[in-house]
Amino acid sequence: MSTVNTIYRSKSQEKIGFQTNKKINPNKKIAQQNSQLLVFDCPPHIIGRMSIVGKKESQGPFGKYFAKVEQDDKLGEKTFEFGEAKMLENAIIGAVSDAGLNISDIDLMIAGDLLNQITSSSYVARDLNIPYFGMYSACSTMTECLTIASSLLSAGHFKNIVCATASHFATAERTYRYPLEYGCQKPPYAQWTVTGAGSSVLSTEGEGPVITKALVGKVVDFGTNDLNNMGAAMAPAAADSLLTLFAQTETEPKDYDLIVTGDLGKLGSDILRDLMREQGFELGKNYIDCGASIFSLDQNCYQGGSGSACSASVFNSFILSKMKEGVYNKVAYFATGALMSSTSCYQGETIPCISHGVIIENNGDDLCYWKN
Amino acid sequence: MANNADTKVRERNKRYNKYVKAVTPSSAFIKSLFNAFWVGGLTCTIGQLFGDIYRLIFPDLGEKFIVNLSSITLITIAILFTGLGFYDAIGRKGGAGSFLPITGFANAMASASMEFKTEGLILGTSVKLFSVVGPVIVNGVVWSSVVALIYYFAMGVIG
Repeated sequence: MSTVNTIYRSKSQEKIGFQTNKKINPNKKIAQQNSQLLVFDCPPHIIGRMSIVGKKESQGPFGKYFAKVEQDDKLGEKTFEFGEAKMLENAIIGAVSDAGLNISDIDLMIAGDLLNQITSSSYVARDLNIPYFGMYSACSTMTECLTIASSLLSAGHFKNIVCATASHFATAERTYRYPLEYGCQKPPYAQWTVTGAGSSVLSTEGEGPVITKALVGKVVDFGTNDLNNMGAAMAPAAADSLLTLFAQTETEPKDYDLIVTGDLGKLGSDILRDLMREQGFELGKNYIDCGASIFSLDQNCYQGGSGSACSASVFNSFILSKMKEGVYNKVAYFATGALMSSTSCYQGETIPCISHGVIIENNGDDLCYWKN
Repeated sequence: MANNADTKVRERNKRYNKYVKAVTPSSAFIKSLFNAFWVGGLTCTIGQLFGDIYRLIFPDLGEKFIVNLSSITLITIAILFTGLGFYDAIGRKGGAGSFLPITGFANAMASASMEFKTEGLILGTSVKLFSVVGPVIVNGVVWSSVVALIYYFAMGVIG
């Protein structure tokens, strides 16, 4: 436990040394080596949100929470890809107006999607004409966006940042699988890509829940290579990030009102429970998986939903509205992403997965050193 | 890309994959077989029905022509169903029973041409038309050549 470096970060401007031990004190705002955990001095507020889903998603258990339901899969556009971009744009505009702002008040847009070269997000950024970071982290894109946005806001570089992501069943099928109308059977462990978009506006000021911590995930690969069994591939990544969170913040599952994972599906979330149990953590009733719960059993969606919009739309509807009502006060949101391409899988490579997470709290301490 | 070279990691992956295999639900074998049987059987029966009807209407046509005509009818119906958007539902139910008959081939081509139409007539439809059925054609040609060669030499030895 040697003192490696000194930094000047605390409010009182006193010297704090940081040490290379794994456990960090979440109440002390110090940067540490070997820590995947980011603790925000100036936790940003989530001041606006918007969720848009397709018709099928609106018939699921979360149906009534979504802000907008699109009946037309193409949204009146020429192709599904244009439709997806349009949906993302609508989500961003909706979230910005929900925050009571104009697009011109937004300093930065951080967005991503599942298409090759994340084209949907880039076209939206072109049309909105605001500074833009494109993110790709497959289905964990939303938490990656939130992590980056929170860091930038906490450091005082920007005032308002909009984070958004979208996915579309039809475009994802084309990117990763077969033509839409091709009649093929899917195995019972497959998942259904969610058609939807979710967007949050983060700001250094305002009302709303705050993002107090974020956890940057590691790429975890347990050697599965079945393109259809995403849940089994991603569960170890979620377990890795959750275990790191519990170790580095010295918390356990019951310290959170809700632990949310992205799109592991029914099978994947069961595997995650098993993996966590093996490590001595029991995920109880406060654990949900967006993928496993977005569709109901009779909707024929195999293990549940997947796609970057799966957790993004649930987060920006159900979870944030329950936080507003005060049902949940501390939520750990860990989206999981499978970072393969169909090429890499056909070439025999296994599926690398990642899980980034953010901790959202209703009452976060603001220890900002640069705010007056 | 030699990742996970470490034996410990390999051991862990092996254990995990074994575990995943144990918990992953597999397709209901008997049910799939049954569905494939009746969907495939029904398709072929309908084809036979068309053949018989044609034979009644045009008794002067040759047997070969009748067979081709009923195949063409099945293909047309499959493409129509694909365009109307419910062949994929049949495919999901029928599995091999829906893609082994000629209708499955028609569906694969029609779905690809519909899917990639947005990228234009040349780079979209023309290039991607055989993206799904390509393997069927390649394997059909290769294996029929192999069988033909075997037949040729076997006949040469016997005859």
